Amino acid sequence: MPDLYQVQDLHLSLPDMTRKPLFGAAPRIEILKGLTFDIPKGQVLGIVGGSGSGKSTLGRAMVRLLEPTSGRVLFDGQDITHRDEGGLRPLRRRFQMIFQDPMSSLNPRQTVARIIAAPLSLHGLPDPSARALDALERVGLPRSFGNRFPHQLSGGQRQRIGIARAIALNPDFILADEIVSGLDVSSQAQVLSILRDLVRDMGLTLAFISHDLSVIRRLCDRVLVLHQGRIVEDAGCEALFANPQAAYTRELLDAIPDPDPENAWFARA
Amino acid sequence: MSFLKIRDLSVVLRGTRHRLLRNVSLDVAATEVMGLVGESGAGKSMIGKALLGILPRSAQVVSGTIELEGVDLLTLPPRQRRTLIGQRAALIPQDPLTALNPSRRIRPQITDRLVDILGWDRARANTRAEEILNEVQIAAPDRVLGSYPHELSGGMRQRILIASAFAAEPRLIVADEPTTALDVTVQKQILKLIHEMQALHGTALLFVTHDLGVVAKICQRLTVLYGGLVVEEADVRAFFRGPAHAYSRALLAATPRHSDPEADLTPVPEPVIAAVQEQVLAADRSWSHA
Repeated sequence: MPDLYQVQDLHLSLPDMTRKPLFGAAPRIEILKGLTFDIPKGQVLGIVGGSGSGKSTLGRAMVRLLEPTSGRVLFDGQDITHRDEGGLRPLRRRFQMIFQDPMSSLNPRQTVARIIAAPLSLHGLPDPSARALDALERVGLPRSFGNRFPHQLSGGQRQRIGIARAIALNPDFILADEIVSGLDVSSQAQVLSILRDLVRDMGLTLAFISHDLSVIRRLCDRVLVLHQGRIVEDAGCEALFANPQAAYTRELLDAIPDPDPENAWFARA
Repeated sequence: MSFLKIRDLSVVLRGTRHRLLRNVSLDVAATEVMGLVGESGAGKSMIGKALLGILPRSAQVVSGTIELEGVDLLTLPPRQRRTLIGQRAALIPQDPLTALNPSRRIRPQITDRLVDILGWDRARANTRAEEILNEVQIAAPDRVLGSYPHELSGGMRQRILIASAFAAEPRLIVADEPTTALDVTVQKQILKLIHEMQALHGTALLFVTHDLGVVAKICQRLTVLYGGLVVEEADVRAFFRGPAHAYSRALLAATPRHSDPEADLTPVPEPVIAAVQEQVLAADRSWSHA
C-alpha cells in the first residue's frame, strides 16, 4: 500500500505567552521534537500519550490547522508543510477532522442538516442537503434528525453528527481527536463501532488520537506512543499490547483500571 | 446501626414533579468504600450533594431521610446541620481547577474551614495543614501552602483537595469523580493516594464515578443507578463475576476490558434501556399514588 501521509522530522514550536516580556517576542516552546512516520492507505493509526505529550498538536499539524516549524508533511505525495490556505483548499475536502467536544464544534444556532451541509456547499459539491441526510443515515441516525438542533441531542448523538459532517465530504483521511473521551461507555461503544464500519466500507484512513489505550486496542491497526513531543514507540497494535518496549508505554498500560477487582493493582506503581 | 443510612430519598427539579432521585435507599458501613455508578444524568452526584447539603438551587429534597451516625440530617435546623456536616463529612470535588479559588493562596483555602466551622485557632489549623500535606506526599508543604493554584499542576491540586478533605478527620468523604479530569498515569497515583488515606484514617468513602474500572479497583461495594433509581446494589467481587440486573450487565459489557481484548464492546441494547425505563416509570406511578 502506498503511503497517504508521510511525516518527516516534524518540529513545531509555539510562542509561550505566559513568559512573554512586555516588549519583544515571547520565547518559543518546542512541542513536537522531530517526529517521523508514515500512514499507509487504509490504516487505522492510534496516537496515544498523556496530556502535554503533543498528540493534539501533531494532529492539527497534519490537517494543517497549525503550520509546522520545520520538517515535512506529505499528503498523498504532495508537500503541504507550508502551503498557504489557497493552495490547501482543493486538498481540504480530502482530509477531515472530528473534534473532541461536539458541543463547541457544532453551531448551536443551526440545524443538524445545515451543520452537515455547510462544508459540502463550501467545497461546491452538488446537492448538499440530500448528501447531508445520507450522511446522517450512515452514522445510524434517522433523517428526521436533520431538523433538530445540537442541544436536542445526547452526547453520543452529537458526536455522530461530527462524524457525519466529516464523512459527508467523502474524504480519504479522517483525524479523530479524543472523540469518545467525554462519552458514557454505552455511547462510546456505539461511536467506535460506527467508526469501524465506516473505515471498512469507505476505505478510509484514520488517525485516532486518544489518551485511552483500551479504546485504541479495540479500533487500531498500529499505535504511536507520544511522550513529551517525541515518538517513544511505534508498533503494531497486538505487538504493543503483548510486548510493550518503551518504559512509558508500560506505565500507560499499567495505569488502565481494568474492570476486574484485583488487589495487586495499586502495588504495581 | 449503619453509619450512613439513606431511606427513600427523592429529589425533584424545584417547582415540578420531575424526580432526579427516585426513592433512593442505601447503607454505608463505617470505613466502607461504596461506589456510586451510572451514566450521565443517573443521579450519582446528586446523592452526594443531597447528603452534604450542597444541592443546586434548582433541586429540592421532597422526601426521605439521610441519617449519619443516627442523626437525620434533613430534620436538623440549617445552622446545626452545616456544623454537623462540616465536622463529620467532606468532599473531594471533580475539577481541581474550579474547586480552588484562583486569587487566594493554598494555605487559607485549607485552614479557613478548620477555623470557621470547627472553631480551631489559626496556629493549630496551620500546623494541621502542613501535617496533612506531608501525609499526601507533597515534598515542600511550606512552599505549596504559599502558592497560588495556577502555580501548581493538576495532579498537585488534586492532592491538595484530598489533603483538605482529610484535614478535619471526617468520618465520611464524598469523592465526586475525583480523577475524571486527570491523565491515566496521574489518575492511578491519585486513586492510590485516596485508597491509602482512606485505609489509614478509616474513613467511610462514597465514591462517585462513571468508570466501572475505577470501582473495581477502589470500592468494596457499589450501587448502580439509572434515571435516579437504584437498579442494583452489590458486593464488588460478586458484581464483577456477574451483575444481577440486566442493565448492569449491559453497562459492564460496554466497558473495555483489558483481559478480554477481542470481546466486542456492545452499547446498552434498546430492550434493556426500555425495560429499565419502564422500571423508572413504575416507580413514579407508585410514588404519585402515595
